[in-house]
Amino acid sequence: MTLRAPLTIAPAPHVHAGTSVAWIMLHVVIALIPACVFAVYLFGLAALLTLLVATLSCLAAERLLEGGAGSTLADGSALVTGLIYGLTLPPALPLWMVAMGGFVAMAIGKTLFGGLGSNAFNPALVGRVFLQAAFPAAMTGAWLAPLAAERFVTLPEATLAGPFLAPDSGGYDALTGPTPLGDWKFAGGETSTFDLALGFTSGSLGETSALLLLLGGLYLVWVKAANWRIPAAILLTVAICASLLHGIDPQRYPSASFMLLSGGLMLGAWFMATDPVASPLSATGCWIYGLVIGLLVVLIRLWSGQPEGVMYAILLGNAISPHIDRWTQPRPYGAAGGGP
Amino acid sequence: MWGRSAFRGGITPATHKAQTRTQRIRQFPFAPLLEVPLLQHAGRPALPVVREGAEVERGSVLGRADGERSVPVHAPAAGRVQRIALMPSVTGAMVPGIYLEPFPGATQEVTSGAACDLASASSEDIINAVQAAGIVGLGGAAFPTHAKLRMPPDRRVRLLIINGAECEPWLTTDYRVMLEQPADVVLGVRYLLKATGAEAVVLAVEEDGREAGEAVLAAAPEGLSLQASFLPTRYPQGAEKLLIRALLGVEVPAGGLPIDVGALCINVATAAEIGRLLPFGRGIQERVVTITGPGVLDSGNYRIPIGTPLRFALEHVGTAVDLTRVFLGGPMMGQPLASLDVPITKGISGFVAFTSAEYSGAARVQPCIHCGRCVQACPMTLNPCQLGLLARHGEVEAMRRQFHLDACFECGCCAYVCPSHIPLVQEFRAAKAQLRRLATHEVTEEKP
Repeated sequence: MTLRAPLTIAPAPHVHAGTSVAWIMLHVVIALIPACVFAVYLFGLAALLTLLVATLSCLAAERLLEGGAGSTLADGSALVTGLIYGLTLPPALPLWMVAMGGFVAMAIGKTLFGGLGSNAFNPALVGRVFLQAAFPAAMTGAWLAPLAAERFVTLPEATLAGPFLAPDSGGYDALTGPTPLGDWKFAGGETSTFDLALGFTSGSLGETSALLLLLGGLYLVWVKAANWRIPAAILLTVAICASLLHGIDPQRYPSASFMLLSGGLMLGAWFMATDPVASPLSATGCWIYGLVIGLLVVLIRLWSGQPEGVMYAILLGNAISPHIDRWTQPRPYGAAGGGP
Repeated sequence: MWGRSAFRGGITPATHKAQTRTQRIRQFPFAPLLEVPLLQHAGRPALPVVREGAEVERGSVLGRADGERSVPVHAPAAGRVQRIALMPSVTGAMVPGIYLEPFPGATQEVTSGAACDLASASSEDIINAVQAAGIVGLGGAAFPTHAKLRMPPDRRVRLLIINGAECEPWLTTDYRVMLEQPADVVLGVRYLLKATGAEAVVLAVEEDGREAGEAVLAAAPEGLSLQASFLPTRYPQGAEKLLIRALLGVEVPAGGLPIDVGALCINVATAAEIGRLLPFGRGIQERVVTITGPGVLDSGNYRIPIGTPLRFALEHVGTAVDLTRVFLGGPMMGQPLASLDVPITKGISGFVAFTSAEYSGAARVQPCIHCGRCVQACPMTLNPCQLGLLARHGEVEAMRRQFHLDACFECGCCAYVCPSHIPLVQEFRAAKAQLRRLATHEVTEEKP
C-alpha cells in the first residue's frame, strides 16, 4: 500500500489527559445537584424560582456581554456561577433582585475583569455582596420556615414583588423565624447538630444541608475537579479555633460542630473558595489561603456585628490569593537553595 | 541500596505497551535504497571517505569522525554508493548524507575493525573504541557517547546509571533489548565501568519493566556488583535529572551536568550496543525501533538498518488507510513528522502512528483558569502557569530570569494536564528560540 495522505503536524505532547474546562464545570454542576434538589424540597416553589432566575440571569448576562462569535456559554462556567449564586440567596428574595444580582455577578464580577480565567473574585459572591449592600433588609430577612405545608402551592408575597416595590423590613420579619446563626448571635439560641447536618433549618438555599454539600464536595475532590487542600484547610482551621474557644468559655462561644455545620461554611469551603481562578496555585499556597479564610470566618462570626462571615472571608481570601502565589513560588529543580 | 523515591509531579498516562512488549525483536529487510545521513548525532557531521560509485562492505566506514564532537558513520549494507548529497532529515533540515544501494544477492557479512578486548584495553582504548563504533545515545538525544565518557580530570563518577526507565508511552525497545540481549547489556556495563572508573553501577528500570531488569541482573557474572533499582512507573521517570535525584538524592545544579554531582547516565540500549560491537570492533549498522500505534497493522520491535526510509518501514509493517499523524519517539516528546521521506537514524527509538480516530483536530484553547494542575505536574517544580502567562505577553526575559525557563526540558506534563488545552510546551519552545535570537543579536551588536 502506498501512503499518500498528508500528515497533520502538531506540537508534542500528542496525547492529553482528556480534561477540559467544561469537564470541570460539569462535575461542579453534578456535585451541586443534591443541594439544589434539597433546597427546593425544603422551601418549595420559591426556591425553585430563585434558582431558575439566578441561573438564567447569569447565563443571559454572559451571552449578552461576551456573546457573538464563539460563545462562552459552552464552557459551563456561567452555569456554575449561576447555580452557586442562587444557592447563596435567601429563598423569599424578590425575583427582580435575584436577576439584578445575577447580572452584576457576571458583569462586574467576571466580564469587567476579562472573562473566564481573569476574575479576581468569585463572581457569585460579587453578585451576593452587591445585594447585601444594596438590599440589606431583604438579604437578612427574606427567610422561609423549612417544610412549610403550603410551600409547593403558594409563593411568598415578596417573591413576585415588582422592582423597587419590595416589602419593607417589617414585611420580611413576618415571614419566618431566624437562621441558626442569627438565632445564636442575636437570641442566644442553639440549633441541634442533627438538624444542622441534615438541613431542616431556615437559611439561604445552600446554607441548609451541610451533609449534602459535604457529599457534593467530596465528589468534586474524588474526581479531582477541586483542590482538596482548600476545604480541608478552611474546615480544619474553623474546627480547631472553635474547639479552643468553646473549651475556654462554652457559654460564650458555640461548639465546633455548630460552627462547621451552620451557615454558608460548607457551600463556601467546597464550592466557592475552590474557584481555581481566584485561589492560589501551589499546594502550600492553598493551605495558607484556606487558613486565612478559616480564621476570617471565625473572626467575623464571633466578634463582628454580622451573624455570618463566610462571604466576606472568601472575598478577602480571593484578594490576597495573588500575593500568596508570589510568596509561595515553587523552588525549581537545581536552583540554588538546597536539596529536594 | 539505591533509593527509589519518586520525583515530585509527573503524570501517569496510559502506557499502551502491552501489544509490542510481548513480541520478539524481528529483523527488517533492506530497503532498495538506503539514505544514510552523515549527521545522526549532536555535533559535527562525519566526513565522507567514499566516492560516488564506490562499492562498500557492510560495516565499513562511510564517513569518519570530524574531531572530538563527532562520530563515524558505517555502511548499513553491502552495496554501491549511488550519490553523496544533502538529504532531508527528521527535523526538516537538510543534512549531508550518502545514498547507498544495497546489493540484492550479497552475503551481507559484516566487516570488522580492530577488536577492543575488555581484559587488556585501557580506559582510553575503550573510549576511542566507542567513538570508532559510531556510538551515540540511543535513547533519543544522540549525543556522542565517547564525549560523555571522557570527563574532566577533576571529576569522578560516583554512580554509573544505566537508564532502562523507558517512561514514554508506547515504546518498548529498551524493554525488549534487556530481555533479549542481557549478556550484551552486562558486557557493555563492564566496558563502561572500566572506561569511567565508576565506583558503583545501578540499572534503573520502571516497576512495570521489572522482569526485563531482572533478566539483566541474572546475566551478570559473579563479582560484578550490578544492582537494579525498580522505580515507580511514572512519566518522565527516565529523565536523567529525575533519575539522579531518585537514586542519589541530589539535584543537578541549574546549567550543570550530571557529572557535577558524580553521576553518569547511559541509556541501556547504548550499553547493549557497546557490549555487542566493541568485542568485534564493529560499527553501528542497525538499531532496534518500536513501530506501533493504532495506525500500524503489525506493531512490534524491529531491528532496522540505519538509513531505511520511514515510508519503506511503514509500508513493510502495514498501516491503516487514514494515517493522520506520525511522530518519532513517544507521544509525550515525540517529534511530529511532516513527511515520511526521511531515514531512520541512530537516535530514533521508535515511531508511533495515529489515525483520524485518535486525532480529530486540535482542541479549542480556552483561557487559563489558574487551576494549578500544571504546577502540580511539573517534575522540575517550575510554574508553567505563570510561564505561559508571560509567554503570551512576550515577556521572555522574565520567563528566564524569574521563572527559570532554562530548567524546562519540555517533557510535556503541563500541556498534558491542562484543561484549557493551552499548548504550553510550544509556547516555551518559542520563548527559548526568541531568547537564543536575542542572545546572538546582543553578541553581534557588541562587536565593533
